[in-house]
Amino acid sequence: MQIARINRLTPYFFLAPAIIVMAVALLYPIGYMVWASFLDWNPSQRIGEADFVGLRNYAKLLNDAAFLESFWVTVKFAAVVVVLEMILGVGLAMLLDRQLRGMTLLRTIFILPMMIAPIVVGLMWRYMYHPSVGLFNRTLKSFGLEPVPWLSDGTWAFASIVIADIWQWTPFIFILSLAALQSLPRSAMEAARIDGASGWQLIWFIKLPLMLPVLIVTALLRLIDAFKVLEVILVMTNGGPGLSTEILALRISRTASEFRELGTAAAMSNLLLILLMALTLAMFTYTKISEARAARLRAAASKDH
Amino acid sequence: MPRIVLEQVRKSYGAVEVLHPIDLKLNDGEFTVLVGPSGCGKSTTLRILAGLETLSGGEIYFDDKPISALDPKERDIAMVFQDYALYPHMNIAKNMSFALRLAKVPKAEITEKVQRVSKLLNINHLLDRKPAELSGGQRQRVAMGRAMVRDASTFLFDEPLSNLDAKLRAKLRTELAEMRDTIDKNMIYVTHDQVEAMTLGDRIVVMSDGRIQQQGTPEELFKSPINRFVAGFIGSPTMNFMAGTLTEANGQLWVQGDGCRLPLSAEQASRLKTFKGADVDIGLRPSSITDDVSRGAPIELRVVVSEYLGAQTVLVTRCGGTELQVEMSSAGRFAAGQTRTFGVVTDELMIFDRDSGLRL
Ligand SMILES: Nc1ncnc2c1ncn2[C@@H]1O[C@H](COP(=O)(O)OP(=O)(O)OP(=O)(O)O)[C@@H](O)[C@H]1O
Ligand SMILES: [Mg+2]
Repeated sequence: MQIARINRLTPYFFLAPAIIVMAVALLYPIGYMVWASFLDWNPSQRIGEADFVGLRNYAKLLNDAAFLESFWVTVKFAAVVVVLEMILGVGLAMLLDRQLRGMTLLRTIFILPMMIAPIVVGLMWRYMYHPSVGLFNRTLKSFGLEPVPWLSDGTWAFASIVIADIWQWTPFIFILSLAALQSLPRSAMEAARIDGASGWQLIWFIKLPLMLPVLIVTALLRLIDAFKVLEVILVMTNGGPGLSTEILALRISRTASEFRELGTAAAMSNLLLILLMALTLAMFTYTKISEARAARLRAAASKDH
Repeated sequence: MPRIVLEQVRKSYGAVEVLHPIDLKLNDGEFTVLVGPSGCGKSTTLRILAGLETLSGGEIYFDDKPISALDPKERDIAMVFQDYALYPHMNIAKNMSFALRLAKVPKAEITEKVQRVSKLLNINHLLDRKPAELSGGQRQRVAMGRAMVRDASTFLFDEPLSNLDAKLRAKLRTELAEMRDTIDKNMIYVTHDQVEAMTLGDRIVVMSDGRIQQQGTPEELFKSPINRFVAGFIGSPTMNFMAGTLTEANGQLWVQGDGCRLPLSAEQASRLKTFKGADVDIGLRPSSITDDVSRGAPIELRVVVSEYLGAQTVLVTRCGGTELQVEMSSAGRFAAGQTRTFGVVTDELMIFDRDSGLRL
């Protein structure tokens, strides 16, 4: 009896240290942030000295045009980059899914951007976008074309950060889709070819539907990440010109450090956190549903024969 | 329907030669059965015909037109894969109608065809299910149905009935035989099943180790196999082989085996005279040994096991150190351990060269 109970509890003993570290390192800051979002708190005060203002920070945010603008920029940015990266990444995977010499090397080169530190990526792109000495404008000039205000015009700046993000993160989607593509059942594709499918029909009717589960999870992962980008944009445009590239993460950091409104910044962080949790939840729900469906299929198959 | 000709077709994967040059002519509308032991290259031959594998050498002609550069979809072929190769994300109806939908066949016609074929294959209650929700045998029937709804000129079947129970298999065999007689299509059919091979094939091609051993009508292969391999492969139960020598005594040619001596008929003797003294293998079909001693040369056999199969009884017997199977149509009881005299129909004896395996 006694021994059985100890045996049952053993796993929890082993888990305890990890749980304690998690609680301290993760839950404490989050709790702190939630609490701070109800305060009118300025960095020169200690947290105990700040006034409790209830939900006023949140109410203020919903009427704050700058915050709403930055929220919109974030959503637009995330939507645009994820859609473009998905199309490019999956397309590239389709193109490179073949046994050719040198393909391994090519694939390795393709995923390099992902491994570079974001700050470095930002600096690199800022340099390339430089109005006079940057690679792009110099190239345009050598062709006798007008220079482009890459980072100094609102619309162009948005396009520029989208391009940089695509450059950095398309490889992520590329490798995941390539892996998915290479694990598809070969024989189903052969059957489709015999059934008369052309290359495009093969992609449309067989490959994409079979890859869909992986693609959905990949897109959600990228979406969650895109909502959190900071460094590259910070280095490239610092949110400007105007508010054209000021994504939420940047707005939060400015609210805290420039405007010295820690409570408001905390409230923004919480809103972002809620949004990300919703996305994560969507992802979990999706995997749970597909697992349940797979289990049901297996049960049905073993029931009758 | 095109006449299909394979000319010196070779296939190798790296250094491994899987098909040695193969020559094969398939006449218009013929039902050809490929048989051979596992790994001998039957599936590879079908896949090459379908265009799923490239040739390493040689050429395939459809009606004198070389087609090795053509895509699978340009060859007008329907195929049943050995591993079914169903589309996991489509339900059964969609699986079966995929080719028709790609070909933009009118909806009503698709529904009608799918209904008819699925009823034939006994899968019409499964049309809404996904492949993962089916048993192995059901999946195999779907794979079969997916080919049968099509109107291709050539059908390739890679062991399409291997996973079905005896009753269903017999029913579909009849169905296929009817299809063979009523519709004018080329059909190439891989099987391990003797009965399927013999009953369905207009022509049987026996392969081994990536080579064609012999091809011909079922009767030709059964009655005059060119070598020991083909003789052992065609016919069920399989042919018995016994080591022996050709001897002459009393002006008569005999084969002397381990523990028995059988006379050769005059026709065989005139053919085999030159091989007198040679080491040979004697081939004896189980059906050539009877319990009616008056019908053949006497042979003493000790019964080891008697396997009662209903309509016939198969006896496993021993003659010296060699095991011989005997097929009895009568249901007579033969006690194990009993030794008795049987008759061998000597006209049906086959003599093979010990070393080359060729029939003498
Ligand atoms: N992709 C491949 N790479 C290397 N060898 C292969 C490949 N595919 C098949 N082979 C080899 O080719 C030979 C013929 O294979 P094949 O599938 O044609 O046999 P089969 O006659 O259909 O056998 P079975 O009756 O078991 O289906 C086998 O020895 C197999 O190992
Ligand atoms: Mg095979």
